[in-house]
Amino acid sequence: MKRVGKQTWVFDDGVYIQAAAAAVGPLEADGPLGRYFDVCHRDLYCGEKTWELAERRLMREAVDCCLQKAGVSAEEVDLFLAGDLLNQSATSNYVARELPIPFLCLFGACSTSMQTLAAAAALVAGGLADRALVATSSHNATAERQFRYPTELGVQKPKTATFTVTGAGAALVGRTPGRWRLRAATIGKVIDAGLKNPLDMGAAMAPAAADTIEQHFRDLGVSPGDYDLIVTGDLSRVGSVIVRELLAESGYDVTDVYNDCGLMIYRPDQKVFAGGSGCACSAVVTYGYLLQELARGTFRRLFVVATGALLSQTMVQQKQSIPAIAHGVVIEAAGQESDLPP
Amino acid sequence: MGLRTDYLREVKAFQPSPPYAANAVKAFLVGGALCALAQWLVDWYGGTFAASPLEAHLWASMVMAGLAIVLTAVGKYDDFSQFAGAGATMLITGLANAIASAAIEHRSEGWTAGVAGQMLKAGGAAVIYGLIAAYVLGLVWP
Repeated sequence: MKRVGKQTWVFDDGVYIQAAAAAVGPLEADGPLGRYFDVCHRDLYCGEKTWELAERRLMREAVDCCLQKAGVSAEEVDLFLAGDLLNQSATSNYVARELPIPFLCLFGACSTSMQTLAAAAALVAGGLADRALVATSSHNATAERQFRYPTELGVQKPKTATFTVTGAGAALVGRTPGRWRLRAATIGKVIDAGLKNPLDMGAAMAPAAADTIEQHFRDLGVSPGDYDLIVTGDLSRVGSVIVRELLAESGYDVTDVYNDCGLMIYRPDQKVFAGGSGCACSAVVTYGYLLQELARGTFRRLFVVATGALLSQTMVQQKQSIPAIAHGVVIEAAGQESDLPP
Repeated sequence: MGLRTDYLREVKAFQPSPPYAANAVKAFLVGGALCALAQWLVDWYGGTFAASPLEAHLWASMVMAGLAIVLTAVGKYDDFSQFAGAGATMLITGLANAIASAAIEHRSEGWTAGVAGQMLKAGGAAVIYGLIAAYVLGLVWP
């Protein structure tokens, strides 16, 4: 493991995702990636009494399913890293309460999926853990309540608004060779472009995504063509166009290899405004769809850039602008590794 | 010129603007239809039940609010508001929806801290400024 350039960690001695799982709600299960998810709920309550308990159940199911796939018991995991969108990261803390694993709670808003994955990879590569479990979750109704309005309040939302994904993703990171190798991670800086509208987070986050992607290219001396897919977390219809434009202005044409998890998870006719968002958006698309397609050979190398709007309801009400962050992780199909410089 | 020179200005080209004209037409038609329905109720209570104008207005308001609460409880009012915009939110139906939706939302925290404590979270501003406006108007037109 070493640092290359300013912000990129390269894991050159073998850090792998050994198993991953995704649990989702009804709308996500009905979406184009529905068949890639391990647990699909028909009801937004997921059989629980409150939305918060439903989110907790989703994370627990993703964790259990991931450990089961890896054939590893919770006692054999050295570290658990998780985060979510609720105050005090309630979902993660309460799931960790049920697990006999030392726990680090991380908050990176919707960038938490790659934040936890990058941190876990570094800790495993550095020898501080043999196996590290990562998880993140979001729930449409808990996020609405936390950041916006009561779910049934009639408010006309603009086309730029995003729709929080209901789901949870978990992955087990370790040194035992698995199907997916973690090659590098680029840790992003907090970028605040000055936007203040919480119903247009794509435009607020796009500069942070562009900053991390460019930094990654510069640090490693790579170009968009070195990846089969560069995928952002939840920039949605608005932000994904902006990030392409920002990168084009810097001389990087990502058009052929770029996509956004927020656009992949729902069908165009599902009523989700500009697309999906939330911690679970990049988590379930990555741990469900992308990893399975890597294993199948559709892709060989991905750069997953999870984007987070570091939104605080209080700060927004005090007319402060929205800071944003993006963290990226390079995931390769194991056995294909290769020619990633340096 | 580009996003990197002045992001706040240049980004506007990428942000779809709300369909102001269509929204205004929808709000006018739906809001107008709701007001017409309420007026019909006022006339009906005044005619069929010989209610006084004040009583007829109160009954009509209660029926409209009740209708909004039922639609909120079955999860339809938010869809209706997404379509109708101000035509759904500016009337007493909007206030009823704001109060009912907050009450439903916070049922999970119990009847006191949840339902009662949070009920006016979304509609409280309308209640407070409504009272102030009514008081001021009462002074102007005694």
